[in-house]
Amino acid sequence: MKTDIVLAGVGGQGILSIATILGTAALDENLHIKQAEVHGMSQRGGDVQSNLRISDAPIASDLIPIGGADLIVSLEPMEAMRYLPYLKPNGWIVTNTMPFVNIENYPTEEEMASELARHNNVVAFDMDKMAKDLGSPRSSNMVLLGAASPFIQIGAEEIEDGIRKVFGAKGEKIVESNIAAFRAGREFAQNLKKDN
Amino acid sequence: MKSNKRLLLGDEALALGAINAGLSGAYAYPGTPSTEVLEFVQSHPVTKERNIHSHWSSNEKTAVEEALGMSFCGKRAIVSMKHVGVNVAADPFVNSAMTGANGGLLVIAADDPSMHSSQNEQDSRFYADFAMIPVLEPSNQQEAYDMARYGFELSEKAGIPVMVRLVTRLSHSRAVVEFDDTPLPENKLHYPASPKQWVLMPAISRQRNKRLIEDYMNLQKDSDNSPFNFYKDASDKSLGIVVSGIAWNYLQELYPEGIPFPVVKISQYPIPTQLLNRLFDECKSILVLEEGQPVIEKKLRGELNSTPRKIYGKLTGEVVRTGELTPDEVAKAMKVIKGKECGFETTEPKGESQITRPRPPALCQGCGHRDVYKALNETLENYESPKVFGDIGCYTLGFLSPFNAIDTCVDMGASITMAKGAADAGQHPAVAIIGDSTFTHSGMTGLLDAINENSPITVIISDNLTTGMTGGQDSQGTGKLEDICLGLGADPKHMRTIDSLPKNVEEMKKLFKEEIDYKGLSVIISRRECIQTARRHASAKK
Repeated sequence: MKTDIVLAGVGGQGILSIATILGTAALDENLHIKQAEVHGMSQRGGDVQSNLRISDAPIASDLIPIGGADLIVSLEPMEAMRYLPYLKPNGWIVTNTMPFVNIENYPTEEEMASELARHNNVVAFDMDKMAKDLGSPRSSNMVLLGAASPFIQIGAEEIEDGIRKVFGAKGEKIVESNIAAFRAGREFAQNLKKDN
Repeated sequence: MKSNKRLLLGDEALALGAINAGLSGAYAYPGTPSTEVLEFVQSHPVTKERNIHSHWSSNEKTAVEEALGMSFCGKRAIVSMKHVGVNVAADPFVNSAMTGANGGLLVIAADDPSMHSSQNEQDSRFYADFAMIPVLEPSNQQEAYDMARYGFELSEKAGIPVMVRLVTRLSHSRAVVEFDDTPLPENKLHYPASPKQWVLMPAISRQRNKRLIEDYMNLQKDSDNSPFNFYKDASDKSLGIVVSGIAWNYLQELYPEGIPFPVVKISQYPIPTQLLNRLFDECKSILVLEEGQPVIEKKLRGELNSTPRKIYGKLTGEVVRTGELTPDEVAKAMKVIKGKECGFETTEPKGESQITRPRPPALCQGCGHRDVYKALNETLENYESPKVFGDIGCYTLGFLSPFNAIDTCVDMGASITMAKGAADAGQHPAVAIIGDSTFTHSGMTGLLDAINENSPITVIISDNLTTGMTGGQDSQGTGKLEDICLGLGADPKHMRTIDSLPKNVEEMKKLFKEEIDYKGLSVIISRRECIQTARRHASAKK
């Protein structure tokens, strides 16, 4: 069992919490983990990505080879597209469709939609909206984690335990709203996966 | 006994290893990708229990000297910095080989190949080589943990500091690390057995240098027997591979069933000559894979390229010369050298998306540097050829659109001294812009030069009360900047302070104009707390 994930987004969006939660869950399952991330300059509104590798056997490289990722998981649609060469031919793209526009030449809505439509194996929806509808607008990263979870070989319960551990210090209310966001994202993706 | 495990960054694994090996003091100036070493020490409960030193230092030079003082007293110390920090610390670092170490001393240098957050790709192993200091180069997080204790022991046994060389992809990558249940006790305070050696007067240094050279030869033997260096045999002797640090991981990634060529893996320097001689004897040609600059390759090749074996590497172009290694770059090198016989297959990747655009980092909304640049740009519009000398920090982003505000950025503190040199050449206006932490790191001495000659330059210290770029570490000059400048002899009439807020932009412009028009040295401190640390402080209060 091995899952290689490219996590993508814009600095400050919260992709590193996703990595931390999956890492915590994988550690509790006695799995091997490698997670390379970018710190420093990229935190300030620039693109950020993290390579997360989970396996039941030892992992050599901290970086995922080109064409090696099972999943691209992104909080931002253009950022999901940035890492396409890393995706396996039959890999999945799970992405938020709400753009984060902080550059002048950001692609148009049409360009973005037709780019996403070019690919099979895509789970794409407005995760900001789903989080807002659930009453916790800051948990779109947990919606994303939920949407990605059917493609990751760690049980939903274990990931929820990871959420509890990582957000535990912030109180029960925050934990529950994050778990609700996770479940909503997961359900959405599972239905979509069935239809495919 | 190692019965615990935790997911740790390479930086953190090394820090935890040091704590568990009886660390008494950690010293550092923040710098990507090294910052998390000291931050981890600061946050660890044992640090509080034992009162382990973990304050930030003013710069890398003071940090190394402080750590060397602790080593002099027999205790174990670490000092961490980014690669260019080694330049700042080069004086005490190189001379610490001459004094030697008493308590174990690890100098941790985190290199940044690919320049993710740096101005160059210099390789710290070169420094250690000419200083004759041994190097440990972990290839994974567990080795980083284990090497702390091993490094302290080596340092104490050989009586010399040890460099631990990290690279971005290890510093900033997490993996599961098994660690000891209880930390070793700290060393008791005890003085060096040969105290004379710590006084580097020429007569003493000449003696010591002979000993240092002898010791270095012996360290070579240690390298051949190091648990972190080994020879791994294989049947296909058409190629022998020399691999160091994290390049080892990428090579293993290519061959999950085992590498078909003999390998010498190096994680301890000086390079292990016995292991390498065996590889050269047995294999027809040699490939060198190392992260960073061709340090090992140059040694093996020799400047005259006179080795009897064909050597492939960065200097001959089979391996990428600049930028970090990746599994893909190592695969490319293997394909170039072995063609169809490389022993693995790669699939054609998906093409790049045509819709992606670069998304460069930018100054945060609500950042005081923004207001400084807005006011400065509008002020300088009225001058014929103004030059603005920038420095290292978030405000270097002022080079990018929409500000396009600075003309230079070289090294810590160079804004003030380059502005002075430009003014010496007749440039006016010559404006220096420098952050508070960079100012106390390396700006103060340059300011003294400018004050002593009353150079017609305008120095703007954009004070955000923190070391912002690296995530908000304490800045050594907070609350003291005016006193420092006045103490150095700045003219109180041309020492101005203003809050860098959007509502003050007009006032800032007036102030900038007045001081630029003054034909002598002015210092303007524009102050506003970093928006990131301000948010953190606000949520901590809740």
